[in-house]
Amino acid sequence: MLSRPDEQGKFGKFGGKFAPEVLMTALEELEEAFNRFWLSEEKSFKQELGRLLRTYAGRPTPLYFAKNLSEMCGGASSANGSGTNGSGTNCGVKSGGVKIYLKREDLVHGGAHKLNNTLGQCLLAKKMGKRRVIAETGAGQHGVATAMAAAVLGLECEVFMGTEDIVRQRPNVFRMHLLGAKVSPVDSGSRTLKDAINESMRDWVTNVEDTYYLIGSVVGPHPYPLIVREFQRVIGRETKEQILRAEGRLPNLVVACVGGGSNALGTFYEFLEDKEVENKEGNEAGKEVELVGVEAAGKGLETGEHGASLCAGTEGVLHGMYSKLLQDEDGQIKQSYSFAPGLDYPGVGPELAYLVDSGRVKMRAATDEETLRAFEVLSTKEGIIPALESAHAIHYAVEEAKRRAKKAEKVEKVAKEQKQEREENLIVVCLSGRGDKDIFSVEEVLGGEGL
Amino acid sequence: MNLEEKFGALKRKGEKALVGFVTAGYPSAEATTKIALAMLKGGVDILELGLPFSDPIADGVTIQQASERSLRAGMNPDLYFEVAAGIKKVEKVCLTYYNLVLQRGLEKFVSDCEAAGIKGVVVPDLPVEEARPLLKVCDRYDETDLIFLVAPTTTEKRLAKILEAASGFVYVVSLLGVTGARETISSSVSPLIRRIREQERVGGREVPLAVGFGISKPEQVRKVCGSGAADAETDANADGAIVGSAFIKIIEQGLARGSEGAGDEEKMLREIEEFAGSLKRETLVA
Repeated sequence: MLSRPDEQGKFGKFGGKFAPEVLMTALEELEEAFNRFWLSEEKSFKQELGRLLRTYAGRPTPLYFAKNLSEMCGGASSANGSGTNGSGTNCGVKSGGVKIYLKREDLVHGGAHKLNNTLGQCLLAKKMGKRRVIAETGAGQHGVATAMAAAVLGLECEVFMGTEDIVRQRPNVFRMHLLGAKVSPVDSGSRTLKDAINESMRDWVTNVEDTYYLIGSVVGPHPYPLIVREFQRVIGRETKEQILRAEGRLPNLVVACVGGGSNALGTFYEFLEDKEVENKEGNEAGKEVELVGVEAAGKGLETGEHGASLCAGTEGVLHGMYSKLLQDEDGQIKQSYSFAPGLDYPGVGPELAYLVDSGRVKMRAATDEETLRAFEVLSTKEGIIPALESAHAIHYAVEEAKRRAKKAEKVEKVAKEQKQEREENLIVVCLSGRGDKDIFSVEEVLGGEGL
Repeated sequence: MNLEEKFGALKRKGEKALVGFVTAGYPSAEATTKIALAMLKGGVDILELGLPFSDPIADGVTIQQASERSLRAGMNPDLYFEVAAGIKKVEKVCLTYYNLVLQRGLEKFVSDCEAAGIKGVVVPDLPVEEARPLLKVCDRYDETDLIFLVAPTTTEKRLAKILEAASGFVYVVSLLGVTGARETISSSVSPLIRRIREQERVGGREVPLAVGFGISKPEQVRKVCGSGAADAETDANADGAIVGSAFIKIIEQGLARGSEGAGDEEKMLREIEEFAGSLKRETLVA
């Protein structure tokens, strides 16, 4: 597995630097600075960032065992099973049952994993002597996280946001204002994340000398996909330590939602080379830890109204990178759709495209409707309101847990004396953000019903 | 005539090149043909025809809106090459973004260009590092050059790489920013032109230099093309000037005048011709 892109900034055939000439020198300078401060042996940058992550962002975030959710999945399977213990509720997680753990990135200051990256990049911007940072935002979470990091590190901040998203994510617009950032509405194209990125690049082209463009996901021209992945790796690093401590072994399955792919790549990266039976004795080679990304199927993949670049896209160049895109046959970029603005993007990070292409990461998609059910389930079962983006991952994890519980039950009957752990399925979901920002749009969808 | 020959022929006449840009299909494919003819009548030497892309990151709001409208009106690559082929007796250059070239297939794109009489392709999101595949194809087609851009931020090292690959002309980006009219000509143009000329001397190969981005007025064309007789400090002595958004603005104003009646269109075409003429006069340096 490539841990670093090649000299051209490519992961296999994906990635690269398809940027206007004006920016090429800035990208080279950024790469140099990143190498100097992050990839080299130099300790002080990492120490400073580590301190901010601990004392400001609230890391490490907990890995939470979602007992109620796990029981619900196991319970469903037993009810559908032979029917012998159909009334067996509140029986705890049965042997052969499935355990779902949530990596609580929703507890990071600001309410999403985004701050991991913005603190890292704002610190880098400072070291590079820039006085101003700009950022694009879809859901508003990256905008808020940039505004926070800029405030705490004393940088001027301007956030570009599509007018469509400004309507959908009002609370975050207000938060950015409170944090001292300027929010610039983008009224071109589809008026969402894609267009906010276009406008940020245009601003950067104009102000490249004193401005740092702080990209919020593992997208864009090299070295951004690498930089953002490196700053998000902390999610997977902690998760691995925590699951080993809690369960004494690695998970069978790790799930994360994918828009641009930053929380997914940050979570998956540490597990890329791992086998699930590592740290266990007496087992044969074992399987790799399954890594599954969940994209937005929107109104359904077959309707064309979705944000699933990896599940349903084709290869092309957008926003400085060669990756998988939603486009027509001429190469015009299609409008993506999802009710989760953070997943409403017609492209995806090149490294993730590479990992999916090579078969290491599998992709699934969840519709708005399925996601909404998962949103409600997690809220009522665990008292956690997830971001609509993260609820996509929850949906898949729940479905998969139910399926695995059913399968485990069958296996149990066949070979009762098999070791419990072998049948037990450990699932970790990256809960990338909290859903406070979404309550108004969910209310609108539900039309005053439900919840 | 290929592009370098065209610049050479103009030079022998004591002229610099006026490169005029317009978005194909704005507001319609038929209109583009008429607009192009008006530009040529007015004195445009090289016609740069934009093939619109949904996400034009190097363009300011004027060309963005023209691109959006053109796409809505049904412009696509097939139609584009048809329109381009219909505009004759002028050297044409295609400006577009890399994804459109990639999806058509590099080979097909370049051969379509050649068949339509397009002498050069400008791709603002294709820096020299990524240009190898397209450059290889262009090399096999004698009549079509890949045009590279150079910006004020381009380092000496990058400049050397670009000039090594350059043919047709070099598109000199006058400022840090996107396309669109500006009040004054950026002070970075003159030093940038001098820098490129110096490198060209070292490399032993001279490719014409045309300056674009932000140029919208006759006096700006004069400063870009001027040889320094009047003002050595600001005159850049480039081989040509590229004007785009200013033409789009005239079309936009024509459309805004309301009913897309024939009278309005005629007036708009007359304005385009006159404007092109006013720009062309400033390139007659002899």
